[in-house]
Amino acid sequence: MTAKTLYDKIWDAHLVSEDADGTSLIYIDRHLVHEVTSPQAFEGLRAAGRPVRAPEKTIAVPDHNVPTTLDRIDGVVKNEESRIQLDALDKNARDFGVHYYPVDDIRQGVVHIIGPEQGWTLPGMTIVCGDSHTATHGAFGALAHGIGTSEVEHVLATQALIQQKSKNMKVEITGKLAEGVTAKDITMAVIGKTGTAGGTGYVIEYCGEAIRDLSMEGRMTVCNMAIEGGARAGLIAPDQTTYDYVMGRPHAPKGAEWEMALAYWKTMFTDEDAEFDLMLTLKGEDIAPLVTWGTSPEDVLPITGVVPHPDEFEGGKVDAVKRSLEYMQLTPGQKLTDIAVDTVFVGSCTNGRIEDFREVARIVKGKKIKTGMRAIAVPGSGLVRLQAEEEGVAKILSDAGFEWRLAGCSMCLAMNPDKLQPGERCAATTNRNFEGRQGRGGLTHLVSPAMAAAAALTGHLTDVREM
Amino acid sequence: MKKFTQITGVAAPMPLVNVDTDMIIPKLFLKTIKRSGLGKNLFDEMRFDDNGEEIADFVLNKPAYRNAQILVAGENFGCGSSREHAPWALLDFGIRVVISTSFADIFFNNCFKNGILPIVLPQSDVDKLMEDANRGANAVLSVDLESQTISGPDGGQISFEVDAFKKHCLINGLDDIGLTMQKADAIDVFEAKHSVSAPWI
Ligand code: SF4
Repeated sequence: MTAKTLYDKIWDAHLVSEDADGTSLIYIDRHLVHEVTSPQAFEGLRAAGRPVRAPEKTIAVPDHNVPTTLDRIDGVVKNEESRIQLDALDKNARDFGVHYYPVDDIRQGVVHIIGPEQGWTLPGMTIVCGDSHTATHGAFGALAHGIGTSEVEHVLATQALIQQKSKNMKVEITGKLAEGVTAKDITMAVIGKTGTAGGTGYVIEYCGEAIRDLSMEGRMTVCNMAIEGGARAGLIAPDQTTYDYVMGRPHAPKGAEWEMALAYWKTMFTDEDAEFDLMLTLKGEDIAPLVTWGTSPEDVLPITGVVPHPDEFEGGKVDAVKRSLEYMQLTPGQKLTDIAVDTVFVGSCTNGRIEDFREVARIVKGKKIKTGMRAIAVPGSGLVRLQAEEEGVAKILSDAGFEWRLAGCSMCLAMNPDKLQPGERCAATTNRNFEGRQGRGGLTHLVSPAMAAAAALTGHLTDVREM
Repeated sequence: MKKFTQITGVAAPMPLVNVDTDMIIPKLFLKTIKRSGLGKNLFDEMRFDDNGEEIADFVLNKPAYRNAQILVAGENFGCGSSREHAPWALLDFGIRVVISTSFADIFFNNCFKNGILPIVLPQSDVDKLMEDANRGANAVLSVDLESQTISGPDGGQISFEVDAFKKHCLINGLDDIGLTMQKADAIDVFEAKHSVSAPWI
């Protein structure tokens, strides 16, 4: 038998049919649905008179549009269009009988946070969602990727997806991470190396000691940003850390099924002689706390660096860098630590889990954020919020001056009331620094939660190692 | 889905690299529950200023390119979010072909589902077409999917590759779901087998 990668194994285990030209039909184990990319898909089903083929494998939750301010408890959604979209999801979820966590359910949250939290996400599965950060679930050794709305409709109707197989890429992070360096820095370092298109056509498997040492939450942060490197999906082979995380979750298998599942999951790894089409190795020790300076996630530098000059680049990137520096209002040569920020955002499917808030609390405990600074902490789910409150993490953040919010995507993409105003500059734990991503004219620097906490205290981008 | 066989139209140059789906259609316009009507907001933040006035030097605002049907774009076009609103907006504006050296994966797939043909070409060919596109109203290209060729204003021809299945669907305007439904038996068989080998799913 030929040696297989983890990706090959999951692919083969889900292949329904394959045409001579490689066009394949892949069975989908979990389909996650949110309010922004699904209305047209449900509309299509209704128009064709088709049911959802497997409602028990379909999970719906509103997250992108929902307000995260406390007045949401009174059912207030001030934006008419947002309300229409939320109502549409509510109606679609109930009409088609899929699993559903409405806005007022304590389990509601960002779709990629609640999948793992509820045990919907399991090793060896295929998982799709009409959202590019579906890659997050790859942390469990599941093949998970984003799809468009036509594909959402296709999966709703058939529980299968038409695909061409991707190529295999291996990203190995060796050794140990230095003090102050986190999973977020790993994933940003990789994109800094590959560029935002470097992973196009590939599924990335992350491996190496530094990856093995990460908690499940850290692994989710790493896989979350695989898509920013252009990859279809990111994967990490399951191990004891994975099983410990999954065990006992509401939708995880129990009893004899657990034993059966576990035996299967233990076969979910890349065979020793399997071949990868592309490989990249980074030394864990070489990774520094990183920040982005531009408007592409590949625009990363160690916090000790300076804003680059467009001349340092080649081809079409020269103009893109000129444009980003102008947009970001930065000058070549400027020290990154001299960049003042007025907003700090901690949250999103990249860094909105309990460990992220614990990390921020560790740094800001007993201190106050810089005067005039607006710092927002948005838990990724109602359960993360509850846990942070029970552990006293929420109180530490509030005492330091953070706004402590309800769960949702919030200022990760500004489709809801949380937005940057033009010219406002934010250190954000999110995954995209595109022009206008956090609000028209808003300026985003991507950082880890620890670096966001440091910036909140000092009022500028700061090396957390000096705190 | 709209069929695609042959398009002759003005090509607009957009050499910027890493044009993301937020640029193509800002999230502000994702709150719709319809597929149509997004063309007026295509490239909104690049096309209009804060007062909603057209920005004169944005390519699609120039008289020559207002009816462009083809975009010649920089590398990694369509990166970022999975929003199918991006191809919907392009289509609604009238764009049926995008040519670049590379596309982001999800965007590339989404185009085919909506009757838009994304064409990947080597840098030298894209450079040549970018030059052609820079000629304003004379920048007429003909794209023929059947023969997989692009003819430029000077009569030169460039051929391109396209996945056979995707080409078949595009030429015939076929809906993927209908095609997959024909394989319902295979899905049933798979599902039955899968539920025995992995009952926890
Ligand atoms: S938190 Fe941000 S990246 Fe994640 S699903 Fe929401 S909008 Fe997308």
